[in-house]
Amino acid sequence: MDILGYDFMQRALLAAVLVGITAPAVGIYLVQRRQAIMGDGIGHVALTGVALGFLTGTNPVWTAVLVSALGAVAMELIRWYGKARGDLALAMLFYGGMAGGVLLINLSPNGSNANLTTYLFGSITTVSQGDVQAICLLAAFVMAITLGLRRQLFAVCQDEEFARVTGLPVRVLNLLLAITAAVTVTVAMRVVGLLLVSALMVVPVAAAQQATRGFAMTLAAAIGIGVIVTLSGTVYSFYVDVPPGASIVVLAIAVFGVITALAAPLARRRARRAELLAPREERCTLEVPGSRSPAGATAVSAPSSGSGFGSGSGSGSGPGFGSGDDVEVRPSG
Amino acid sequence: MEQPVISLSGASASLGARPVLRGIDLTVRRGEVVALLGANGSGKSTAVRAVVGQVPLTSGELELFGTPRRAFRDWARIGYVPQRTTAASGVPATVREVVSAGRLARTRLGLPRKADREAVRRALELVGMADRAGDSVNALSGGQHQRVLIARALAGEPELLIMDEPMAGVDQASQQVLADTLRQQVAGGTTVLLVLHELGPLEPLIDRAVVLRDGCVVHDGPPPKAVGQHALPGHDHVHPHADTASEPIRTGLLT
Ligand SMILES: Nc1ncnc2c1ncn2[C@@H]1O[C@H](COP(=O)(O)OP(=O)(O)O)[C@@H](O)[C@H]1O
Ligand SMILES: [Mg+2]
Repeated sequence: MDILGYDFMQRALLAAVLVGITAPAVGIYLVQRRQAIMGDGIGHVALTGVALGFLTGTNPVWTAVLVSALGAVAMELIRWYGKARGDLALAMLFYGGMAGGVLLINLSPNGSNANLTTYLFGSITTVSQGDVQAICLLAAFVMAITLGLRRQLFAVCQDEEFARVTGLPVRVLNLLLAITAAVTVTVAMRVVGLLLVSALMVVPVAAAQQATRGFAMTLAAAIGIGVIVTLSGTVYSFYVDVPPGASIVVLAIAVFGVITALAAPLARRRARRAELLAPREERCTLEVPGSRSPAGATAVSAPSSGSGFGSGSGSGSGPGFGSGDDVEVRPSG
Repeated sequence: MEQPVISLSGASASLGARPVLRGIDLTVRRGEVVALLGANGSGKSTAVRAVVGQVPLTSGELELFGTPRRAFRDWARIGYVPQRTTAASGVPATVREVVSAGRLARTRLGLPRKADREAVRRALELVGMADRAGDSVNALSGGQHQRVLIARALAGEPELLIMDEPMAGVDQASQQVLADTLRQQVAGGTTVLLVLHELGPLEPLIDRAVVLRDGCVVHDGPPPKAVGQHALPGHDHVHPHADTASEPIRTGLLT
């Protein structure tokens, strides 16, 4: 293949594979915690880091890692302590990061909005040898955390309070996840660009979960989709001169659309099967006033559709118990 | 005398600016099955969340297994079943994956071994969900989902089981499974603190009832016998599946 004859293309494709793996591997936890937008915020903040690299003459990948990790930790702290005004603090952080980046890059001697664009939307021709080394190192870190600690991170993102009660170091894991997300943003920044990095964290996961039932399967499928779209998007950008970030994300969304279309009949079949199974467990029983045995026979089951617990009546659905006269009341304290 | 498993004394707690617990005492001894009763909003969930260390006390003391809360590290001894919410998580998860999360109380940051996978399998069997292990939790009914949450707590093989409204929104078949599961656990020596809305099918298991009203303990003793019986004035009782539209029902004790 002639395309592999170019050094820059080899580098770009290697970077693309690593991005395709790491972005969904982190993104799945953000999606699970309904924080899909966090990657976007880190991307904005990373821009200040990139500009700082230009200003100081160091490789922008490293300064971006540093600044976006700080930003991600700040976001995590805002999530803990922010309460009501947390979203305003986050907005300030996002826009401050973006504005700071544009400001600093125009102040730096060899920076311009032109090379900022390659960081915003990705670029295949400018991935340097140094970039690739940094990207490999950072991607190894991201994979070690997101795959090695997947059981723990799953537990924390699925039910944080429960995870705390099991004695997991939830704060440490949350900070680690935030830093890992920041590192992933910098891994992905050269190929997909900072403005679109969040899409690659989220869209492959959203596509995969149309067709999967479990977390591990979703993780594997999302990574598969991620690698396919980053590779083919990068190749497309080689032949047609568009920023790779754009082609990769459009491809990812196309994959999402195809899987959604294919999975819809599957989901319908599953729902029908669940309906067939449901009546065994949740048939209505007639209320017989005043009798309570056999246990519970007086209950009228909610006609739950069996289509998931969302339809259940949730907590505290029954009326209270007893009348005060029946109970000896002994106020405490 | 042996240390109580849970000892909460003079405990106050606030959520936001609102005082929700106003100096409650709650003691659970080894092997006891204690029901925490009270109307919606009386502070039951807050009380058990305080017991598992998830709501900070503004005053009062908490000891778990004789150790002050601050020094307590042995969380694997506690199995917690939070009040079920209807919110589905953002990414699908299988029944086995959710139950395995409970085993992290033992494995922590390590890898699961054979014994851990066995414990998860046993927990799934206890609640009769072994055949659904590979299914998505989003495809389960309310009762099945509740069984999964209980299996998750049992996967860590706890000595103390703390459950928040395990019977709420649960169909008959699941209620029976849950009552049987609980009976087995109690027979095996597990201590239980559970929040209930009514005693229902669990009544024979309950040793003691603590009733909360507006963040205060108003009863601590034998389970109120008339509760849940047809002896109620007005017959406006007492089944777990009442229409949500009918609440809050204010009957004597609760108002
Ligand atoms: N996060 C919260 N912030 C402020 N108030 C809360 C919060 N959660 C619960 N409450 C209030 O605290 C009171 C006790 O709640 P809770 O312990 O959940 O009661 P119960 O479990 O007995 O229904 C309720 O009045 C509820 O409105
Ligand atoms: Mg409650």
